[in-house]
Amino acid sequence: MASIESYVDHLVQVILYDGRIIVGKLKGYDPRTNLILADCVEREYSLDQGVEMIPLGLYMIKGDNVALVAELDEEKDSTIDYTEIKAEPLGEIHH
Amino acid sequence: MLIFSFFKTLTDQVITVELKNDLSITGTLKSVDQFLNIRLDGISVEDPERHPHMLAVKNCFIRGSVVRYVRMAARSVDTTLLEDATRREAKEAKK
Repeated sequence: MASIESYVDHLVQVILYDGRIIVGKLKGYDPRTNLILADCVEREYSLDQGVEMIPLGLYMIKGDNVALVAELDEEKDSTIDYTEIKAEPLGEIHH
Repeated sequence: MLIFSFFKTLTDQVITVELKNDLSITGTLKSVDQFLNIRLDGISVEDPERHPHMLAVKNCFIRGSVVRYVRMAARSVDTTLLEDATRREAKEAKK
């Protein structure tokens, strides 16, 4: 597997098929990209206000819904003022 | 299998992956697996104004099922070799 082994115990940003963005600590995964994320926060982007952070807790995400897993640069992430960022939410995956 | 082998030859080259949610990500191909999941390092997003969602991301894992296109430099592909290999594989499959 084009491995995400190095992401374990790191802060990752997961983009789902429906365009939602979930940030959490990667605790486990399998070859089907099923994921276990601890201390999840959903980051909801919108055009009329800054990014809304919605705490979700521990999540197990079924691989079918995962579009992308990205490693967050925690240092860089902490320097970004998300309350000031306005953007169109990501679209859903359409085949 | 052929396309998997082809992508392996692109390792360490800069490619652009367009996802089925219209997000285009450029980065160095670090690894690929049999599902054509792609691992990219040193990434940048094509339109950061529209897609600030990846600001704090340094590398990412893209699920093969959400890839629409992979763009690469023409010089990184030996088309004649690829054509031959494709024909050979088609022939093998017919047997």
